[in-house]
Amino acid sequence: MAIATPAAPTVDVPAIPLRQLLPWLAFTALLGLLVIFFVSADQGAISIPAGNAIHEWVHDGRHLLGYPCH
Amino acid sequence: MTPRTFLVHGLLAGLFAGIAAFLVAHALGEPPLETAISLEQEHSHESGHEHENGVTVSRENQSTWGLATGTLAIGAALGGLVGLAAAVALGRLGRIRATQSTALVALVGFVAVALVPFLKYPATPPAVGDPDTIGHRTALYFSFLGLSVLAAIAAVVLAARLLPRLGTYRTVLAAAGGYLVVMVLAAELMPTVDEVGSFPASTLWEFRRSSITTLASLWAVLGVALVGLVGRTQEKLAVENARRELAASL
Ligand SMILES: [Zn+2]
Repeated sequence: MAIATPAAPTVDVPAIPLRQLLPWLAFTALLGLLVIFFVSADQGAISIPAGNAIHEWVHDGRHLLGYPCH
Repeated sequence: MTPRTFLVHGLLAGLFAGIAAFLVAHALGEPPLETAISLEQEHSHESGHEHENGVTVSRENQSTWGLATGTLAIGAALGGLVGLAAAVALGRLGRIRATQSTALVALVGFVAVALVPFLKYPATPPAVGDPDTIGHRTALYFSFLGLSVLAAIAAVVLAARLLPRLGTYRTVLAAAGGYLVVMVLAAELMPTVDEVGSFPASTLWEFRRSSITTLASLWAVLGVALVGLVGRTQEKLAVENARRELAASL
């Protein structure tokens, strides 16, 4: 007599192939890191462009999000 | 599900996270930050040190639109990155659902990107950092952050390999333990930054508590929103598949 096997509590989820992921990853990483750089570090240790307009504008966010400021 | 799905969901969740971070930072963080700025101004009048020439943004703009710009930009950027990381993790972390692997990525992200760097190099209010050491402090902070992210990625990749052999409990123990050993060692070896001086301890504590609460809110909303969006898409796909199968069987 066959005993019904209990349904597995887990599932198989197909992974997205790395080759398909790579361009998305590269693009997002580049853009994301650029945005993070401008908010967190620009016109502090390094200045692109020169000046302090970006630093001054995002100043409070820089301090409260934990980035070194002044 | 495609990389595009994850990126769009991540950006949307990041936007929600940025809004939440702004609200928390504005409500909890601005009061101690204002106190710190008034202390700094008293101090700079005494020593005659003034800000260099350049653009000045009013305090009102800095604490509202400027702060919102920062939290929304960081929220969206982290959202995109976490979304894509969740796309990579999908189906690669053992037999767990898309919502579960996504939640795991967000949790690891919070620990590696926000919590652990904060423990070594905590946020400082204005008047605490020495402007002359900004280069050194920035280098230290981002080196530690980079190492933390790399160690966390390595731990997760290792865990995915070990899982079939060791089982969940031992794998999680080994991966979390490995990450912890690397980061504790790095924290021991890297220099400590202490430029607090005579800054009032209660204001410093209030500022740091508000900062880590802001970061925790950002990551919590990011994780919860992303898991919700991924779960909704997954359900839609399941319903579609069931309908297709039914149609094929007729
Ligand atoms: Zn500052």
